Amino acid sequence: MSTAKTQELDKVVIKFAGDSGDGMQLTGSQFTDTSALLGNDLATFPDYPAEIRAPQGTTFGVSGFQVHIGNVEINTPGDIADVLIAMNAAALKVNLTAIRGGATIIVDIDNFKHKDLEKAHFDSDPLEDGTLDGYNVIEAPITTLTREVLKDSGLDGKSVLRCKNMFALGIVYWMFNRPLEYTEHFLDTKFIKNPDVANANKKVLVAGYHYAETIEVLASNFVIPPAQIERGVYRNIMGNQATAWGLLAASEKSGRKLFLGSYPITPATDILHELSKYKQFGAKIVQAEDEIAGICIAIGASFAGSLAVTTTSGPGLALKSEAIGLAIMAELPLVIVNVQRGGPSTGLPTKTEQADLIQAVYGRNGESPAIVMAASTPSDCFDFAFMAAKISVEHMTPVILLTDGYLGNGSEPWKIPNMKSLPDITPPILKEGVKDWEPYERDAERMARLWALPGTPGYEHRIGGLEKDFLTGDVSYVPENHEKMVRMREEKVQHVANFIPELEVYGKHEGDLLVVGWGGTYGSLRTAVSQMGTANIAHAHFNYIKPLPKNTLEVFGRYSKIVVCELNLGQFTKYLRGIFPEITFMQYNKIQGLPFTTDELTTKFKEIIAQ
Amino acid sequence: MENQAQVYSHKDFESDQENRWCPGCGDKAVLNALHRALPLLDHKKEDYVFISGIGCSSRFPYYMNTYGFHTIHGRAAAISTGTKLANPKLSVWEVTGDGDALAIGGNHFIQTLRRNVDINILLFNNEIYGLTKGQFSPTSEKGTVTKSSPHGTIDRPFYPGELAIGCRATFFARVVDVLPKKMTDVFVQADSHRGASLVEILQNCVIFNDKVFANITDKEVRDDAMLWVEHGKPMLFGTDLKKGLILNGLKLEIAEIGKNGITEKDILVHDAHCDDNTLHNMLASLKRPEFPVVFGVIRDVVEPTFDHGVLSQIEEVTKASTINSMDELLVSGETWEIK
Repeated sequence: MSTAKTQELDKVVIKFAGDSGDGMQLTGSQFTDTSALLGNDLATFPDYPAEIRAPQGTTFGVSGFQVHIGNVEINTPGDIADVLIAMNAAALKVNLTAIRGGATIIVDIDNFKHKDLEKAHFDSDPLEDGTLDGYNVIEAPITTLTREVLKDSGLDGKSVLRCKNMFALGIVYWMFNRPLEYTEHFLDTKFIKNPDVANANKKVLVAGYHYAETIEVLASNFVIPPAQIERGVYRNIMGNQATAWGLLAASEKSGRKLFLGSYPITPATDILHELSKYKQFGAKIVQAEDEIAGICIAIGASFAGSLAVTTTSGPGLALKSEAIGLAIMAELPLVIVNVQRGGPSTGLPTKTEQADLIQAVYGRNGESPAIVMAASTPSDCFDFAFMAAKISVEHMTPVILLTDGYLGNGSEPWKIPNMKSLPDITPPILKEGVKDWEPYERDAERMARLWALPGTPGYEHRIGGLEKDFLTGDVSYVPENHEKMVRMREEKVQHVANFIPELEVYGKHEGDLLVVGWGGTYGSLRTAVSQMGTANIAHAHFNYIKPLPKNTLEVFGRYSKIVVCELNLGQFTKYLRGIFPEITFMQYNKIQGLPFTTDELTTKFKEIIAQ
Repeated sequence: MENQAQVYSHKDFESDQENRWCPGCGDKAVLNALHRALPLLDHKKEDYVFISGIGCSSRFPYYMNTYGFHTIHGRAAAISTGTKLANPKLSVWEVTGDGDALAIGGNHFIQTLRRNVDINILLFNNEIYGLTKGQFSPTSEKGTVTKSSPHGTIDRPFYPGELAIGCRATFFARVVDVLPKKMTDVFVQADSHRGASLVEILQNCVIFNDKVFANITDKEVRDDAMLWVEHGKPMLFGTDLKKGLILNGLKLEIAEIGKNGITEKDILVHDAHCDDNTLHNMLASLKRPEFPVVFGVIRDVVEPTFDHGVLSQIEEVTKASTINSMDELLVSGETWEIK
């Protein structure tokens, strides 16, 4: 019987790291799901290499999964880890800068041999040379013990090694007092056709747990009590999955079949994967020959009456520019999802950045205004994908939805909404039998034209990319008409401001400093502002970029200083300065493919307030 | 396709828009031939959609009193694909040119044929860029002198038929603007084919490439220069149809009936429905002056269409599915309750 005591913790950040083939993503998700079931709030982020199967043991082959759990509100996957599980020397090497001083490091000592150290570019053994002084290092022979546990299992050597991640998970389960049942059940289901493998994994999991208990890897283990979470039914959801589901929900709500034209691109491809699973909702999915075909197929479907969507990442958005202009000109609904990644060019495909804002707002030929929105958490990708679709079909013009790799691949618990609780979507479809209709006549409130679908008798008409007459939609080169149409298209987008919520602030209603952000930095900024104690500070986060919420200027006026924080060189700042030249915006930027850390933000905020 | 009560005349398909093509442009003949083809077909007027890219021929939808979409350069094939898939009941016609389909839109052109989307593609081939005022196109013969090739082109041209058959197209036909009745007839056959139907229309640009097909279409040479094929009929041409094609090893040759003991029975019979496309490719590739140019429906085979595949997958998945609404999806898999 263990003599270890149990201590209570508010929150903890755990990082699982190993070789691409070590199953770290699965290990991390298991720990996440078990913690969610126990009622913790949490956020996760996978961090894996762009290479699919990088050479074993190398630093560029390291795959990581970070999870932040707590009994307090958790808004980010955490800046640095309190616990690191390093399955080999390379995993330790790449994570040395991402762990807190005094952190607990569990290493699989079997993968710290001379050859492993060499591959990881350690000049000497970090376990012996003082590198890890000040850390609580647990040297566990994970590989050896896994082999030992499974020596009579009848599994081949390779299959045995595949179980070692469960040993590590068992150790962590003991450290944080988590039950094994959820993962045992998961293994039974996953390997339903292969019970030997399921049993082997379960055996190793239990062995890891007992090992930790027996050797008392820590003087005490920990418990993180459930968080105060709103009542309801929850699930974990990843950002890209939430985007896909938001679109499906909008399809059901609007009665328009979903149509996706898309070309695979990191980190957006999971939306294509997810939507491809749900053909039973009548969703038509085309994996097109290129980015341009993806959007053009969607535009063709929009013309015929579908809820049309194309999904991509930065370089793909660049390729789609001309076609977005066509949808703006033809006044057809279309949702363009851009899961941003580091740029320019191919850039940092698996890293996060917010540098496509200017491209989304302005990146087309001619005066071609598009509605631009941004999601800010993995789960609100659902809400904003839904709203992007709603606004697009109701206003008959394209919407660009910006998410990013950090949101798309991140996950968090999500209170499951009921379809009844979502707003209605009313596409302006022209019903049969209307007389005196003109293709470009529009309603006063939204300035949207009616959607006259091919196949409806009597409404045969032509649309296209040439400038249109204001009313008939016939080709028109009349100078005054062109100016009128250019102004109308801009005004139509600005009218959307009457249909979106006002900007709200978190923190002081007025004060010394307003922290402004947009999109995926929500978690970091909210956490940092909440840690500013008694400072006169507030956080305003933008989900609607174009148009901005109507009360934006009024909010800005309530604070003596404003700092706009972005993972780019200041694109939103530039945009705001153009709209509000009377306001002074300071800026704080980071362009490393990484999110802000709480520390760097609070340091900056204190500095600004003190100035 | 649907039960059609109404009888249409060509006037029903003429729009009120002023025609802006140059006087004498071959496009007008194509437009007239199509106006006359549509009443012969089995679709309701509201089910026709004409989708074009950019170029002279892409003005076409404005002159059709049907649904129409004049889109962007090269992308009409992709947009047509989307429209057809979204509503397979529609009769979708893509109107494109040699620059639009084979240069900037080359990828969409080949992929659409490969997928076999059930649309009709009218490829206006005048071997020149008209709207940008006379540059060579991917179908211009080597050596063509234009404003952008004052010393003659040095690139080798595409032959649309070869390209299409290389993409495993299921329907390829060739017509020419000077023979409107034949065009109408081929358009009707293109429509009745399920799958992507490509009709290459040799079309004269009076301004920038006038008489480029004169060695085929001039009345004096026409009989020897054109071979009109018909499924099940021997491939004959020439005045009094005395010449025909025979196969010598792997090569087509011209034989004259009555010479060297050749009778009509020796002449190859056209089989448009043959799965093997070797002979179709050879026919599509025949060139002046050694051979006549082959016109009519060269290939017409039945293969599953993409749009049908999309629909039947939806049907199969729906039948097998246990999650059939968003509310069911939202609570599927692992969930937990906070009380």
